[in-house]
Amino acid sequence: MEKNINITLRIWRQKGPKEKGAFKEYSLQNISTESSFLEMLDVLNEQLINNGEDPVVFDHDCREGICGMCSLYINGHPHGPDEDVTTCQLHMRKFNDGDVITVEPWRSAGFPVIRDLMVDRSAFDKIMQAGGYISVNTGGVPDANAIPIPKANADEAMDAATCIGCGACVAACKNGSAMLFVSAKVSQLALLPQGRIEAARRAKAMLSKMDELGFGNCTNTGACEAECPKNISITNIARLNREFIKAKLKD
Amino acid sequence: MAKTDITPEAMEAKTQQEAPQAATQPAAKKIDSKIPEGPLAEKWTNYKSHQKLVNPANKRRLDIIVVGTGLAGASAAASLGEMGFNVLSFCIQDSPRRAHSIAAQGGINAAKNYQNDGDSVYRLFYDTIKGGDYRAREANVYRLAEVSNSIIDQCVAQGVPFAREYGGLLDNRSFGGAQVSRTFYAKGQTGQQLLLGAYSALSRQVKKGTVKLFPRHEMLDLVIIDGRARGIIARNLITGKIERYAAHAVVIATGGYGRTFFLSTNAMGSNGSAAMQCYRKGAYFANPAFAQIHPTCIPVHGEFQSKLTLMSESLRNDGRIWVPKKKEDAEAIRAGKLKPTDLKEEDRDYYLERRYPAFGNLVPRDVASRAAKERCDAGYGIGSTGLAVYLDFASAIERLGEDVVRARYGNLFQMYEKIVDENPYKTPMKIYPAIHYTMGGIWVDYELSTSIPGLFAIGEANFSDHGANRLGASALMQGLADGYFVLPYTIQNYLSDQITVPRFSTSLPEFVQAEKDVNARIAKLMNIKGKRSVDSIHKELGHIMWEFVGMGRTKEGLETALEKIKEVKKEFWTNVHIPGEADTLNVELEKALRLADFIEIGHLMALDALNRNESCGGHFREEYQTPDGEALRQDDKYMYVSCWEYQGDDKEPVMYKEELKYEAIKVQQRNYKQ
Repeated sequence: MEKNINITLRIWRQKGPKEKGAFKEYSLQNISTESSFLEMLDVLNEQLINNGEDPVVFDHDCREGICGMCSLYINGHPHGPDEDVTTCQLHMRKFNDGDVITVEPWRSAGFPVIRDLMVDRSAFDKIMQAGGYISVNTGGVPDANAIPIPKANADEAMDAATCIGCGACVAACKNGSAMLFVSAKVSQLALLPQGRIEAARRAKAMLSKMDELGFGNCTNTGACEAECPKNISITNIARLNREFIKAKLKD
Repeated sequence: MAKTDITPEAMEAKTQQEAPQAATQPAAKKIDSKIPEGPLAEKWTNYKSHQKLVNPANKRRLDIIVVGTGLAGASAAASLGEMGFNVLSFCIQDSPRRAHSIAAQGGINAAKNYQNDGDSVYRLFYDTIKGGDYRAREANVYRLAEVSNSIIDQCVAQGVPFAREYGGLLDNRSFGGAQVSRTFYAKGQTGQQLLLGAYSALSRQVKKGTVKLFPRHEMLDLVIIDGRARGIIARNLITGKIERYAAHAVVIATGGYGRTFFLSTNAMGSNGSAAMQCYRKGAYFANPAFAQIHPTCIPVHGEFQSKLTLMSESLRNDGRIWVPKKKEDAEAIRAGKLKPTDLKEEDRDYYLERRYPAFGNLVPRDVASRAAKERCDAGYGIGSTGLAVYLDFASAIERLGEDVVRARYGNLFQMYEKIVDENPYKTPMKIYPAIHYTMGGIWVDYELSTSIPGLFAIGEANFSDHGANRLGASALMQGLADGYFVLPYTIQNYLSDQITVPRFSTSLPEFVQAEKDVNARIAKLMNIKGKRSVDSIHKELGHIMWEFVGMGRTKEGLETALEKIKEVKKEFWTNVHIPGEADTLNVELEKALRLADFIEIGHLMALDALNRNESCGGHFREEYQTPDGEALRQDDKYMYVSCWEYQGDDKEPVMYKEELKYEAIKVQQRNYKQ
């Protein structure tokens, strides 16, 4: 049932990529437990603006858990303490009256801080550009039902394709690895006959771009899977490794 | 013009009062929609056969700016890049993949007839025109239906993991306003999968060097040279720097303006500013009043709320909508004394099944929304506010089993539970209508060209295909049709004589002036130094819009809205407070620039709604309804597209009419009862 709580926020404030950041404390009264975490931050920002201070900068857009734009490391967890949700779907009912809540940006070499809680995730776009596609042009393709695909494969490809590219896996990983993100795309396309043709080339190209951009390696801790808001499975990483080894053997 | 078959009784039922023609003048300008000659089914083929093309060597000398990277923008930029044009792709998000098309849940229509249930290009065309309440352009809609099948082929080739049957072939489901199963889907994440497909294609072109991305850039003005669109002014949202970009043509794919209402199913960044910049430079704004209110959204619950979450229309395949039959039960439920699951079958009013036996729970969105409002206004609403109805899966779970329901809608049920904290497998969902989509937008002709040469508009940003109401699963279809299969052809007809035009320098006086104007607007906003936050004023605008320009509109209400919007405008321009500096990252400044335009759009919507003395689709004027409460059109007076032309900041716009002619379809009153 709806109630109001009082909380203290410890929020990371940082002017720019090269400037030194620090935690700053804010107390908030009468926050409805029915509001989402980002709506709570809206309330904080409204308060800051009315006091003539700079609002806290954070990325967000769809606020329904699908665009992948929101981030935030809340009390030590990417997307906060609730399971299977992004920060925008995290609700204040998961917190108690009097809680101190620590909010940080994604911290990873691959995602430099832009300001406060906003980070630069353009590295994900660059990895996609390296090979996260099937090389077909618009037009001139066969009928959609020309190639039947076993339902199990299509469903598994769909599960992998559910990745929203938020970067929680990188933020959760002690090595700052983007393997879960890369493997989700490689798996989706490798599971479908249309994507099979370029599977080897794709795995090599995306992995080498990931390395080049400063992401770490995978040491199978499983933190990425545990924190992924969309339940992307680490079996995708195993599949990526298989694709990669097969590709290397052919070289 | 085709004859209507509205009954004389129904015609008599409408009130005779007519609102004054709000600020409109006799149509002096002729609106030329450039519809090709010939029979409907051959128009597009004929057009393509005879249009002018640009040869491959010349394509790389031509630059095209595409603003927006949703389904329309990303598919257009990718396709144009593949053809060899030099494309500059802009978006306000940190990556093209974030565009709000990503949030579309239910599916995409196509006339494949894979289910052998009688579908055809004509039937999809017919359903779309009828669903739009006979206010869309026949030729455009026919073309849309025609290319719909290619979209599905294209997406499958890109690796979009559509749902499949055990035999390996594609599965379909049904959506509102159709009696066939023609909707392709990928769980409840169809928009996500289609957008990621287009984003993949776009990424491939970025690697090839034909497309250059400009993420976190917001268009702030259109640059016109000698009467043609030749570039944009954009603000780098990270550095705050105002930048100039030139091109041979500009494509607007920036989506709709639903966030005029503050609370909507749109993303927080969705806005109508690019459209308004084009409007202020002379592009007509068409049918601004046509906004879609989606029947199944999670209800509003508090003043802190920032957005409304949609529950996909696909849920109406298996969910049944109801309210209590007795008022005392509704009151007991609102007071928390009675649970919906306690109510016996005979005490429930499945009002859509009762009123519309032929389509039942799958009536079009406008009809379902109004029916929910009617029940709630009459005192049968549930939830703490009384502004909600039930969407119940109990009978589906009984019939199919919980596992099947979970496989079909699992992610939607999970989303509902996370937001509302109730388990929809055990108790019915609470839903209520919310602003979702805008059918109105920048006016375009058959070639998707606006009234400014060289400026094109695609996807939700244009007005062309959905008339007064869009059918479910048709937004994705239209976005991708425009981007993959229509614009890449039609834009060449424009560019063919531009091949000798050299690249433009951004030091030209037109660019200098446009940048100066943008800077002046920003400086004016920063210097107000008032007391109110942008959001607080936006919420005020939203309340006015929902109350007076929402589901039920009246002449008096709309006149009140126009007055109140004027007050909001004054409050905004004298009392808004934007902290920080303009020449750096400044989220409040971004929001203020967008709100300034939302206020103008709100005004335009109310003006257009006041002018249109009829009810059609999502535009419901309470004065014009049939005796049983259905929308009553006035085909003899309003069978036209209203095209609004900007006249200056302090002047009312002038309206021109594009008369609609129905040659292939018999115009009739929509009927979803039999």
